[in-house]
Amino acid sequence: MSSALMVNASYLVAATCFIFGLKLLSHPSSARKGNLVSAVGMLIAVLVTLIDKQILSYEWIAAGVIFGSIPGVWLAKRVEMTAMPELVSIFNGFGGLASLLLGVSSLTHSTGTITPVLSVLAYLAVIIGGVTFTGSIIAWLKLGEHMPTRAIIFPLQRWLYGVIILAVVVLALFAAMNPGYLPYFYVAIGLALLFGILATLPIGGADMPVVISLLNSYSGVAATLAGLAVNNNILIVAGLLVGASGLILTQIMCKAMNRSLMNILLSGFAKPAARAAKIEGEVRSMTAQDAYYVLEAAKSVVVIPGYGMAVAQAQHAVKELQALLEDNDATVAYAIHPVAGRMPGHMNVLLAEADIPYEQLYEMDAINPRMDSFDVAIIIGANDVVNPAAKDVQDSPIYGMPIIEAHRARNVFVMKRSASAGFAGVDNPLFFKENTRLIYGDAKDTLNNIIREFGD
Amino acid sequence: MDSINLIFILILAGFLGFELIKKVPATLHTPLMSGANAISGVTLIGALAASGSDQNVLTTILGTLAIVFATMNVVGGYMVTDRMLAMFKSKTNNK
Repeated sequence: MSSALMVNASYLVAATCFIFGLKLLSHPSSARKGNLVSAVGMLIAVLVTLIDKQILSYEWIAAGVIFGSIPGVWLAKRVEMTAMPELVSIFNGFGGLASLLLGVSSLTHSTGTITPVLSVLAYLAVIIGGVTFTGSIIAWLKLGEHMPTRAIIFPLQRWLYGVIILAVVVLALFAAMNPGYLPYFYVAIGLALLFGILATLPIGGADMPVVISLLNSYSGVAATLAGLAVNNNILIVAGLLVGASGLILTQIMCKAMNRSLMNILLSGFAKPAARAAKIEGEVRSMTAQDAYYVLEAAKSVVVIPGYGMAVAQAQHAVKELQALLEDNDATVAYAIHPVAGRMPGHMNVLLAEADIPYEQLYEMDAINPRMDSFDVAIIIGANDVVNPAAKDVQDSPIYGMPIIEAHRARNVFVMKRSASAGFAGVDNPLFFKENTRLIYGDAKDTLNNIIREFGD
Repeated sequence: MDSINLIFILILAGFLGFELIKKVPATLHTPLMSGANAISGVTLIGALAASGSDQNVLTTILGTLAIVFATMNVVGGYMVTDRMLAMFKSKTNNK
Protein backbone atom coordinates (compact mmCIF):
# COMPACT_ATOMS: atom_id res chain seq x y z
CA MET A 1 0.00 0.00 0.00
CA SER A 2 1.39 3.38 -0.88
CA SER A 3 2.18 5.67 1.99
CA ALA A 4 -0.22 8.44 0.95
CA LEU A 5 -3.05 5.93 0.78
CA MET A 6 -2.20 4.48 4.15
CA VAL A 7 -2.05 7.92 5.76
CA ASN A 8 -5.35 8.97 4.27
CA ALA A 9 -7.02 5.70 5.26
CA SER A 10 -5.86 6.18 8.84
CA TYR A 11 -7.19 9.74 8.81
CA LEU A 12 -10.53 8.43 7.67
CA VAL A 13 -10.53 6.00 10.59
CA ALA A 14 -9.57 8.81 12.96
CA ALA A 15 -12.33 11.09 11.66
CA THR A 16 -14.83 8.25 12.08
CA CYS A 17 -13.64 7.78 15.66
CA PHE A 18 -14.10 11.49 16.41
CA ILE A 19 -17.62 11.36 14.98
CA PHE A 20 -18.59 8.24 16.90
CA GLY A 21 -17.01 9.70 20.01
CA LEU A 22 -19.22 12.76 19.75
CA LYS A 23 -22.24 10.57 19.04
CA LEU A 24 -21.63 8.57 22.23
CA LEU A 25 -21.49 11.87 24.09
CA SER A 26 -25.25 12.17 23.64
CA HIS A 27 -25.85 10.31 26.90
CA PRO A 28 -23.95 10.39 30.21
CA SER A 29 -23.89 6.58 30.39
CA SER A 30 -21.99 6.20 27.12
CA ALA A 31 -20.03 9.46 27.21
CA ARG A 32 -16.89 8.07 28.81
CA LYS A 33 -16.61 5.40 26.13
CA GLY A 34 -17.10 8.13 23.52
CA ASN A 35 -14.16 10.08 24.85
CA LEU A 36 -12.03 6.95 24.71
CA VAL A 37 -13.06 6.22 21.12
CA SER A 38 -12.12 9.76 20.18
CA ALA A 39 -8.74 9.42 21.90
CA VAL A 40 -8.05 6.13 20.08
CA GLY A 41 -8.80 7.90 16.79
CA MET A 42 -6.26 10.56 17.64
CA LEU A 43 -3.66 7.95 18.59
CA ILE A 44 -4.12 6.11 15.26
CA ALA A 45 -3.69 9.32 13.29
CA VAL A 46 -0.57 10.29 15.27
CA LEU A 47 1.07 6.87 14.94
CA VAL A 48 0.45 6.56 11.22
CA THR A 49 1.74 10.09 10.64
CA LEU A 50 4.89 9.15 12.53
CA ILE A 51 5.43 5.92 10.59
CA ASP A 52 4.93 7.76 7.33
CA LYS A 53 8.35 7.81 5.71
CA GLN A 54 8.50 11.52 4.97
CA ILE A 55 9.49 12.23 8.52
CA LEU A 56 13.22 12.65 8.94
CA SER A 57 13.99 13.73 12.48
CA TYR A 58 12.34 12.13 15.45
CA GLU A 59 14.40 13.98 18.06
CA TRP A 60 12.49 17.21 17.69
CA ILE A 61 9.18 15.40 17.66
CA ALA A 62 10.03 13.41 20.78
CA ALA A 63 11.12 16.58 22.57
CA GLY A 64 7.92 18.35 21.58
CA VAL A 65 5.69 15.49 22.67
CA ILE A 66 7.43 15.16 26.03
CA PHE A 67 7.37 18.88 26.77
CA GLY A 68 3.70 18.99 25.83
CA SER A 69 2.60 15.87 27.69
CA ILE A 70 4.07 16.67 31.08
CA PRO A 71 2.18 19.94 31.68
CA GLY A 72 -0.89 18.46 29.96
CA VAL A 73 -1.05 15.50 32.34
CA TRP A 74 -0.24 17.68 35.31
CA LEU A 75 -3.01 20.15 34.52
CA ALA A 76 -5.55 17.40 33.83
CA LYS A 77 -4.83 15.63 37.11
CA ARG A 78 -4.50 18.64 39.33
CA VAL A 79 -7.33 20.91 38.26
CA GLU A 80 -10.22 21.46 40.66
CA MET A 81 -13.64 20.99 39.11
CA THR A 82 -14.44 24.56 40.15
CA ALA A 83 -11.56 25.72 37.95
CA MET A 84 -12.66 23.87 34.81
CA PRO A 85 -13.53 27.12 33.00
CA GLU A 86 -9.95 28.32 33.44
CA LEU A 87 -8.52 25.05 32.18
CA VAL A 88 -10.77 25.00 29.13
CA SER A 89 -9.79 28.60 28.34
CA ILE A 90 -6.11 27.92 28.56
CA PHE A 91 -6.49 24.84 26.35
CA ASN A 92 -8.45 26.93 23.85
CA GLY A 93 -5.53 29.35 23.85
CA PHE A 94 -2.93 26.63 23.25
CA GLY A 95 -5.03 25.23 20.41
CA GLY A 96 -5.05 28.67 18.80
CA LEU A 97 -1.32 29.10 19.33
CA ALA A 98 -0.54 25.70 17.80
CA SER A 99 -2.55 26.64 14.70
CA LEU A 100 -0.78 29.99 14.49
CA LEU A 101 2.63 28.29 14.63
CA LEU A 102 1.59 25.68 12.09
CA GLY A 103 0.25 28.41 9.80
CA VAL A 104 3.60 30.24 9.82
CA SER A 105 5.58 27.03 9.42
CA SER A 106 3.60 26.19 6.28
CA LEU A 107 5.24 29.24 4.69
CA THR A 108 8.81 28.75 5.89
CA HIS A 109 8.76 25.25 4.41
CA SER A 110 11.71 24.94 2.03
CA THR A 111 9.97 22.60 -0.40
CA GLY A 112 7.13 23.46 -2.72
CA THR A 113 5.99 26.79 -4.05
CA ILE A 114 3.82 29.17 -2.10
CA THR A 115 0.70 30.07 -4.06
CA PRO A 116 -1.51 33.09 -3.32
CA VAL A 117 -4.24 30.71 -2.07
CA LEU A 118 -1.88 29.01 0.36
CA SER A 119 -0.62 32.38 1.49
CA VAL A 120 -4.14 33.61 2.29
CA LEU A 121 -5.13 30.38 4.04
CA ALA A 122 -2.02 30.46 6.20
CA TYR A 123 -2.73 34.13 6.89
CA LEU A 124 -6.26 33.34 8.09
CA ALA A 125 -5.01 30.49 10.28
CA VAL A 126 -2.48 32.84 11.85
CA ILE A 127 -5.06 35.59 12.47
CA ILE A 128 -7.73 33.36 14.01
CA GLY A 129 -5.10 31.41 15.96
CA GLY A 130 -3.61 34.64 17.32
CA VAL A 131 -6.96 36.10 18.41
CA THR A 132 -7.86 32.77 20.05
CA PHE A 133 -4.56 32.70 21.90
CA THR A 134 -4.56 36.14 23.54
CA GLY A 135 -8.35 36.18 23.92
CA SER A 136 -8.13 32.92 25.87
CA ILE A 137 -5.29 34.20 28.01
CA ILE A 138 -7.38 37.23 29.04
CA ALA A 139 -10.38 34.95 29.66
CA TRP A 140 -8.16 32.72 31.78
CA LEU A 141 -6.86 35.68 33.79
CA LYS A 142 -10.40 36.93 34.40
CA LEU A 143 -11.80 33.53 35.33
CA GLY A 144 -8.97 32.83 37.76
CA GLU A 145 -9.40 36.34 39.17
CA HIS A 146 -5.81 37.19 38.40
CA MET A 147 -7.25 40.43 37.05
CA PRO A 148 -10.54 42.32 37.59
CA THR A 149 -13.44 40.23 36.30
CA ARG A 150 -15.62 43.22 35.47
CA ALA A 151 -15.95 44.57 31.95
CA ILE A 152 -13.02 46.85 31.20
CA ILE A 153 -14.17 49.56 28.84
CA PHE A 154 -11.75 51.94 27.17
CA PRO A 155 -12.37 54.97 24.97
CA LEU A 156 -12.65 54.63 21.20
CA GLN A 157 -13.02 50.88 21.63
CA ARG A 158 -15.13 50.34 18.53
CA TRP A 159 -12.97 52.65 16.43
CA LEU A 160 -9.90 50.73 17.45
CA TYR A 161 -11.60 47.46 16.48
CA GLY A 162 -12.48 48.97 13.12
CA VAL A 163 -8.94 50.17 12.44
CA ILE A 164 -7.41 46.80 13.36
CA ILE A 165 -9.90 44.85 11.24
CA LEU A 166 -9.26 47.17 8.28
CA ALA A 167 -5.50 46.76 8.66
CA VAL A 168 -5.89 42.97 8.81
CA VAL A 169 -7.94 42.95 5.60
CA VAL A 170 -5.46 45.21 3.76
CA LEU A 171 -2.56 43.04 4.89
CA ALA A 172 -4.43 39.97 3.63
CA LEU A 173 -4.47 41.52 0.16
CA PHE A 174 -0.73 42.20 0.36
CA ALA A 175 -0.14 38.64 1.55
CA ALA A 176 -2.07 37.33 -1.45
CA MET A 177 -0.10 39.52 -3.85
CA ASN A 178 3.31 38.64 -2.42
CA PRO A 179 2.96 35.01 -1.40
CA GLY A 180 5.58 33.91 1.07
CA TYR A 181 6.75 37.40 2.03
CA LEU A 182 6.89 36.96 5.78
CA PRO A 183 7.05 40.52 7.21
CA TYR A 184 3.35 40.98 6.43
CA PHE A 185 2.69 37.95 8.53
CA TYR A 186 4.66 39.22 11.47
CA VAL A 187 2.67 42.48 11.47
CA ALA A 188 -0.55 40.49 11.14
CA ILE A 189 0.40 38.26 14.08
CA GLY A 190 0.97 41.37 16.21
CA LEU A 191 -2.41 42.79 15.21
CA ALA A 192 -4.19 39.50 15.90
CA LEU A 193 -2.61 39.15 19.33
CA LEU A 194 -3.56 42.75 20.16
CA PHE A 195 -7.09 42.26 18.92
CA GLY A 196 -7.58 39.15 21.05
CA ILE A 197 -6.69 41.18 24.15
CA LEU A 198 -8.79 44.21 23.25
CA ALA A 199 -11.83 42.13 22.30
CA THR A 200 -11.89 40.15 25.56
CA LEU A 201 -11.19 42.97 28.04
CA PRO A 202 -14.67 44.58 27.75
CA ILE A 203 -16.46 41.31 28.53
CA GLY A 204 -17.68 40.94 32.11
CA GLY A 205 -17.54 37.84 34.27
CA ALA A 206 -21.23 37.00 33.83
CA ASP A 207 -20.77 36.80 30.06
CA MET A 208 -17.85 34.39 30.34
CA PRO A 209 -19.86 31.29 29.29
CA VAL A 210 -20.39 32.94 25.92
CA VAL A 211 -16.77 33.96 25.47
CA ILE A 212 -15.38 30.53 26.38
CA SER A 213 -17.76 28.89 23.92
CA LEU A 214 -16.83 31.34 21.20
CA LEU A 215 -13.09 30.92 21.76
CA ASN A 216 -13.63 27.15 21.72
CA SER A 217 -15.20 27.56 18.30
CA TYR A 218 -12.32 29.77 17.11
CA SER A 219 -9.73 27.21 18.17
CA GLY A 220 -11.50 24.69 15.94
CA VAL A 221 -11.76 27.11 13.01
CA ALA A 222 -8.06 27.94 13.38
CA ALA A 223 -7.23 24.22 13.16
CA THR A 224 -9.37 23.90 10.04
CA LEU A 225 -7.62 26.84 8.37
CA ALA A 226 -4.21 25.49 9.31
CA GLY A 227 -5.36 22.17 7.83
CA LEU A 228 -6.28 23.89 4.59
CA ALA A 229 -2.87 25.60 4.54
CA VAL A 230 -0.91 22.38 5.05
CA ASN A 231 -3.39 20.38 2.97
CA ASN A 232 -4.36 17.91 5.65
CA ASN A 233 -7.87 16.44 5.69
CA ILE A 234 -8.01 15.31 9.28
CA LEU A 235 -7.28 18.84 10.50
CA ILE A 236 -10.07 20.21 8.33
CA VAL A 237 -12.69 17.72 9.50
CA ALA A 238 -11.76 17.66 13.19
CA GLY A 239 -11.38 21.43 13.31
CA LEU A 240 -14.85 21.91 11.87
CA LEU A 241 -16.39 19.50 14.39
CA VAL A 242 -14.90 21.64 17.15
CA GLY A 243 -15.91 24.86 15.41
CA ALA A 244 -19.51 23.67 15.13
CA SER A 245 -19.52 22.55 18.75
CA GLY A 246 -18.33 25.92 20.02
CA LEU A 247 -20.77 27.77 17.80
CA ILE A 248 -23.76 25.76 19.01
CA LEU A 249 -22.79 26.32 22.64
CA THR A 250 -22.36 30.04 21.95
CA GLN A 251 -25.83 30.12 20.46
CA ILE A 252 -27.34 28.28 23.45
CA MET A 253 -25.65 30.68 25.88
CA CYS A 254 -26.83 33.76 23.99
CA LYS A 255 -30.38 32.44 23.90
CA ALA A 256 -30.26 31.71 27.62
CA MET A 257 -29.38 35.34 28.26
CA ASN A 258 -31.75 36.70 25.62
CA ARG A 259 -28.93 38.77 24.15
CA SER A 260 -27.38 38.82 20.73
CA LEU A 261 -23.76 37.84 20.30
CA MET A 262 -22.95 41.33 19.05
CA ASN A 263 -24.52 42.87 22.13
CA ILE A 264 -22.38 40.69 24.41
CA LEU A 265 -19.17 41.31 22.49
CA LEU A 266 -19.60 45.06 22.21
CA SER A 267 -21.57 46.35 25.17
CA GLY A 268 -20.10 44.46 28.13
CA PHE A 269 -22.88 45.65 30.43
CA ALA A 270 -21.47 49.11 29.93
CA LYS A 271 -24.70 50.89 30.63
CA PRO A 272 -26.65 49.60 33.63
CA ALA A 273 -30.13 51.00 33.06
CA ALA A 274 -31.10 53.64 35.57
CA ARG A 275 -34.04 52.15 37.39
CA ALA A 276 -36.76 54.54 38.39
CA ALA A 277 -38.96 52.20 40.39
CA LYS A 278 -37.59 51.05 43.73
CA ILE A 279 -38.82 47.68 44.86
CA GLU A 280 -41.45 47.93 47.60
CA GLY A 281 -41.37 45.70 50.62
CA GLU A 282 -38.76 44.37 52.96
CA VAL A 283 -36.24 41.58 52.96
CA ARG A 284 -36.88 38.87 55.53
CA SER A 285 -34.01 36.80 56.79
CA MET A 286 -33.99 33.61 58.79
CA THR A 287 -31.57 31.36 60.62
CA ALA A 288 -30.36 27.90 59.65
CA GLN A 289 -32.43 26.51 62.51
CA ASP A 290 -35.66 28.01 61.12
CA ALA A 291 -34.72 26.65 57.70
CA TYR A 292 -34.39 23.20 59.22
CA TYR A 293 -37.93 23.28 60.63
CA VAL A 294 -39.37 24.05 57.22
CA LEU A 295 -37.16 21.51 55.42
CA GLU A 296 -38.03 18.80 57.90
CA ALA A 297 -41.69 19.17 56.98
CA ALA A 298 -41.06 19.52 53.24
CA LYS A 299 -42.02 16.71 50.89
CA SER A 300 -40.35 18.09 47.76
CA VAL A 301 -37.32 20.33 47.48
CA VAL A 302 -35.66 21.89 44.47
CA VAL A 303 -32.09 23.18 44.63
CA ILE A 304 -31.02 25.95 42.26
CA PRO A 305 -27.24 26.29 42.21
CA GLY A 306 -25.22 29.17 40.79
CA TYR A 307 -21.64 30.31 40.67
CA GLY A 308 -21.78 31.09 44.40
CA MET A 309 -22.02 27.36 45.09
CA ALA A 310 -18.80 26.81 43.16
CA VAL A 311 -17.01 29.62 44.99
CA ALA A 312 -18.11 28.29 48.39
CA GLN A 313 -17.24 24.70 47.32
CA ALA A 314 -20.64 23.79 48.74
CA GLN A 315 -21.51 20.92 46.38
CA HIS A 316 -20.57 18.17 48.85
CA ALA A 317 -22.62 19.81 51.62
CA VAL A 318 -25.53 19.97 49.15
CA LYS A 319 -25.25 16.24 48.58
CA GLU A 320 -25.23 15.59 52.32
CA LEU A 321 -28.37 17.66 52.75
CA GLN A 322 -29.95 15.79 49.85
CA ALA A 323 -29.30 12.44 51.55
CA LEU A 324 -30.88 13.69 54.80
CA LEU A 325 -33.92 15.04 52.99
CA GLU A 326 -34.36 11.79 51.09
CA ASP A 327 -34.11 9.77 54.30
CA ASN A 328 -36.87 12.03 55.52
CA ASP A 329 -39.02 10.92 52.52
CA ALA A 330 -38.71 14.13 50.59
CA THR A 331 -37.86 14.21 46.88
CA VAL A 332 -34.95 16.38 45.79
CA ALA A 333 -34.45 17.84 42.32
CA TYR A 334 -31.87 20.23 40.94
CA ALA A 335 -32.72 22.99 38.47
CA ILE A 336 -29.86 24.09 36.27
CA HIS A 337 -29.98 27.30 34.27
CA PRO A 338 -27.92 27.16 31.06
CA VAL A 339 -25.75 30.12 32.10
CA ALA A 340 -25.36 29.17 35.77
CA GLY A 341 -21.64 29.14 36.53
CA ARG A 342 -18.84 30.35 34.31
CA MET A 343 -19.11 27.90 31.43
CA PRO A 344 -21.79 25.72 29.83
CA GLY A 345 -22.52 22.72 32.03
CA HIS A 346 -20.32 23.93 34.88
CA MET A 347 -22.91 23.21 37.60
CA ASN A 348 -23.55 19.70 36.28
CA VAL A 349 -19.88 18.80 36.62
CA LEU A 350 -19.70 20.15 40.17
CA LEU A 351 -22.81 18.21 41.20
CA ALA A 352 -21.47 15.09 39.49
CA GLU A 353 -18.28 15.52 41.50
CA ALA A 354 -20.40 15.37 44.65
CA ASP A 355 -21.93 12.05 43.45
CA ILE A 356 -25.34 13.49 42.68
CA PRO A 357 -26.97 11.26 40.03
CA TYR A 358 -27.54 13.05 36.73
CA GLU A 359 -31.19 11.93 36.63
CA GLN A 360 -31.93 14.40 39.40
CA LEU A 361 -30.62 17.35 37.39
CA TYR A 362 -33.25 19.15 35.34
CA GLU A 363 -32.95 21.81 32.69
CA MET A 364 -34.84 25.05 33.08
CA ASP A 365 -37.63 24.21 30.62
CA ALA A 366 -38.20 20.81 32.19
CA ILE A 367 -38.58 22.06 35.75
CA ASN A 368 -40.41 25.37 35.35
CA PRO A 369 -43.85 23.85 34.61
CA ARG A 370 -43.83 21.96 37.92
CA MET A 371 -42.24 24.66 40.04
CA ASP A 372 -45.56 25.23 41.91
CA SER A 373 -45.41 21.70 43.28
CA PHE A 374 -42.21 22.21 45.27
CA ASP A 375 -42.48 22.93 48.99
CA VAL A 376 -39.08 24.57 49.14
CA ALA A 377 -36.74 26.06 46.54
CA ILE A 378 -33.19 26.50 47.85
CA ILE A 379 -31.16 29.00 45.87
CA ILE A 380 -27.43 28.64 46.43
CA GLY A 381 -25.29 31.43 45.08
CA ALA A 382 -27.53 32.18 42.11
CA ASN A 383 -29.17 35.53 41.54
CA ASP A 384 -29.85 36.78 38.04
CA VAL A 385 -31.02 33.38 36.76
CA VAL A 386 -33.90 33.40 39.27
CA ASN A 387 -34.67 37.12 39.04
CA PRO A 388 -38.39 37.58 38.25
CA ALA A 389 -37.61 41.11 37.01
CA ALA A 390 -36.52 39.38 33.81
CA LYS A 391 -40.17 38.45 33.31
CA ASP A 392 -42.13 41.43 34.51
CA VAL A 393 -40.00 44.57 34.74
CA GLN A 394 -39.81 45.96 31.23
CA ASP A 395 -36.99 48.42 31.87
CA SER A 396 -34.79 45.88 33.64
CA PRO A 397 -31.45 45.27 31.88
CA ILE A 398 -32.11 41.55 32.00
CA TYR A 399 -35.73 41.82 30.77
CA GLY A 400 -36.58 38.91 28.48
CA MET A 401 -33.94 36.55 29.83
CA PRO A 402 -35.51 33.15 30.53
CA ILE A 403 -35.30 32.32 34.24
CA ILE A 404 -35.89 29.44 36.61
CA GLU A 405 -39.17 30.47 38.22
CA ALA A 406 -38.15 29.77 41.81
CA HIS A 407 -40.60 32.43 43.07
CA ARG A 408 -43.47 30.05 42.26
CA ALA A 409 -42.37 27.48 44.83
CA ARG A 410 -44.20 27.57 48.18
CA ASN A 411 -41.13 28.65 50.12
CA VAL A 412 -37.94 30.15 48.73
CA PHE A 413 -34.67 30.07 50.67
CA VAL A 414 -31.87 32.19 49.33
CA MET A 415 -28.34 31.51 50.58
CA LYS A 416 -26.39 34.65 50.06
CA ARG A 417 -23.38 36.48 51.41
CA SER A 418 -25.09 39.88 51.59
CA ALA A 419 -28.16 41.69 50.32
CA SER A 420 -26.29 43.30 47.41
CA ALA A 421 -27.35 43.06 43.79
CA GLY A 422 -26.09 40.24 41.57
CA PHE A 423 -23.35 40.15 38.99
CA ALA A 424 -25.38 42.15 36.51
CA GLY A 425 -25.92 44.81 39.17
CA VAL A 426 -29.67 44.33 39.00
CA ASP A 427 -31.98 44.39 42.04
CA ASN A 428 -33.79 41.14 42.58
CA PRO A 429 -37.50 41.45 43.47
CA LEU A 430 -37.45 37.78 44.46
CA PHE A 431 -35.74 38.73 47.73
CA PHE A 432 -38.67 40.97 48.64
CA LYS A 433 -41.41 38.39 48.08
CA GLU A 434 -43.75 37.23 50.82
CA ASN A 435 -42.58 33.59 50.60
CA THR A 436 -38.84 34.32 50.38
CA ARG A 437 -36.38 34.07 53.26
CA LEU A 438 -32.73 35.02 53.03
CA ILE A 439 -30.11 33.07 54.94
CA TYR A 440 -27.00 35.21 55.10
CA GLY A 441 -23.51 33.80 55.24
CA ASP A 442 -21.19 31.44 53.39
CA ALA A 443 -23.30 28.84 51.56
CA LYS A 444 -21.21 25.92 52.81
CA ASP A 445 -21.42 27.05 56.46
CA THR A 446 -25.15 27.60 56.17
CA LEU A 447 -25.68 24.15 54.68
CA ASN A 448 -23.53 22.55 57.34
CA ASN A 449 -25.54 24.34 60.03
CA ILE A 450 -28.77 22.96 58.59
CA ILE A 451 -27.23 19.48 58.34
CA ARG A 452 -26.23 19.72 62.00
CA GLU A 453 -29.83 20.54 62.93
CA PHE A 454 -30.93 17.34 61.20
CA GLY A 455 -28.48 15.42 63.34
CA ASP A 456 -29.82 16.79 66.63
CA MET B 1 -6.03 18.84 -3.80
CA ASP B 2 -8.86 20.37 -5.78
CA SER B 3 -10.41 23.26 -3.98
CA ILE B 4 -13.83 21.89 -4.92
CA ASN B 5 -13.04 18.71 -2.98
CA LEU B 6 -11.95 20.75 0.01
CA ILE B 7 -15.15 22.77 -0.05
CA PHE B 8 -17.06 19.49 -0.26
CA ILE B 9 -15.35 18.22 2.88
CA LEU B 10 -15.79 21.56 4.64
CA ILE B 11 -19.52 21.69 4.11
CA LEU B 12 -20.21 18.06 4.96
CA ALA B 13 -18.06 18.13 8.09
CA GLY B 14 -19.74 21.36 9.18
CA PHE B 15 -23.26 19.93 8.85
CA LEU B 16 -22.26 16.69 10.51
CA GLY B 17 -20.78 18.62 13.41
CA PHE B 18 -23.98 20.61 13.93
CA GLU B 19 -26.16 17.52 13.85
CA LEU B 20 -23.97 15.58 16.27
CA ILE B 21 -23.47 18.32 18.79
CA LYS B 22 -27.10 19.39 18.87
CA LYS B 23 -27.81 15.99 20.44
CA VAL B 24 -25.39 16.44 23.33
CA PRO B 25 -27.44 17.12 26.50
CA ALA B 26 -26.82 20.29 28.52
CA THR B 27 -25.56 18.22 31.42
CA LEU B 28 -22.52 17.20 29.36
CA HIS B 29 -21.63 20.59 27.93
CA THR B 30 -18.47 21.04 30.00
CA PRO B 31 -17.02 17.64 29.05
CA LEU B 32 -18.08 18.36 25.47
CA MET B 33 -15.97 21.49 25.51
CA SER B 34 -12.92 19.91 27.06
CA GLY B 35 -13.30 16.97 24.67
CA ALA B 36 -13.51 19.42 21.79
CA ASN B 37 -10.31 20.99 23.09
CA ALA B 38 -8.63 17.62 22.82
CA ILE B 39 -9.91 17.17 19.26
CA SER B 40 -8.74 20.64 18.26
CA GLY B 41 -5.29 19.46 19.32
CA VAL B 42 -5.45 17.61 15.99
CA THR B 43 -3.12 20.40 14.83
CA LEU B 44 -0.57 17.98 16.26
CA ILE B 45 -0.88 15.84 13.13
CA GLY B 46 -0.03 18.77 10.88
CA ALA B 47 2.79 19.81 13.21
CA LEU B 48 4.32 16.34 13.22
CA ALA B 49 4.67 16.42 9.48
CA ALA B 50 5.99 19.99 9.53
CA SER B 51 8.68 19.52 12.15
CA GLY B 52 9.85 16.14 10.96
CA SER B 53 9.99 16.48 7.22
CA ASP B 54 11.94 19.63 6.53
CA GLN B 55 15.55 20.79 6.60
CA ASN B 56 14.68 24.39 7.30
CA VAL B 57 15.57 25.24 10.91
CA LEU B 58 12.81 27.83 11.36
CA THR B 59 10.18 25.36 10.15
CA THR B 60 11.49 22.73 12.52
CA ILE B 61 11.38 25.10 15.48
CA LEU B 62 7.89 26.38 14.67
CA GLY B 63 6.67 22.84 14.09
CA THR B 64 8.18 21.61 17.35
CA LEU B 65 6.57 24.45 19.31
CA ALA B 66 3.27 23.62 17.64
CA ILE B 67 3.75 20.00 18.76
CA VAL B 68 4.30 21.11 22.36
CA PHE B 69 1.07 23.10 22.56
CA ALA B 70 -1.02 20.70 20.53
CA THR B 71 0.16 17.72 22.61
CA MET B 72 -0.78 19.58 25.75
CA ASN B 73 -4.29 19.95 24.35
CA VAL B 74 -4.60 16.36 23.20
CA VAL B 75 -3.20 14.70 26.30
CA GLY B 76 -4.61 17.14 28.85
CA GLY B 77 -7.94 17.45 27.08
CA TYR B 78 -8.67 13.74 26.83
CA MET B 79 -7.48 13.05 30.37
CA VAL B 80 -9.47 15.77 32.06
CA THR B 81 -12.57 14.85 30.04
CA ASP B 82 -12.21 11.25 31.15
CA ARG B 83 -11.78 12.37 34.75
CA MET B 84 -14.97 14.42 34.53
CA LEU B 85 -17.05 11.81 32.74
CA ALA B 86 -16.08 9.20 35.31
CA MET B 87 -17.89 11.36 37.88
CA PHE B 88 -21.23 11.29 36.09
CA LYS B 89 -23.15 8.57 37.83
CA SER B 90 -26.60 7.22 37.34
CA LYS B 91 -29.00 6.60 40.20
CA THR B 92 -28.78 2.85 39.71
CA ASN B 93 -25.02 2.47 40.09
CA ASN B 94 -24.86 5.08 42.80
CA LYS B 95 -26.62 3.30 45.59
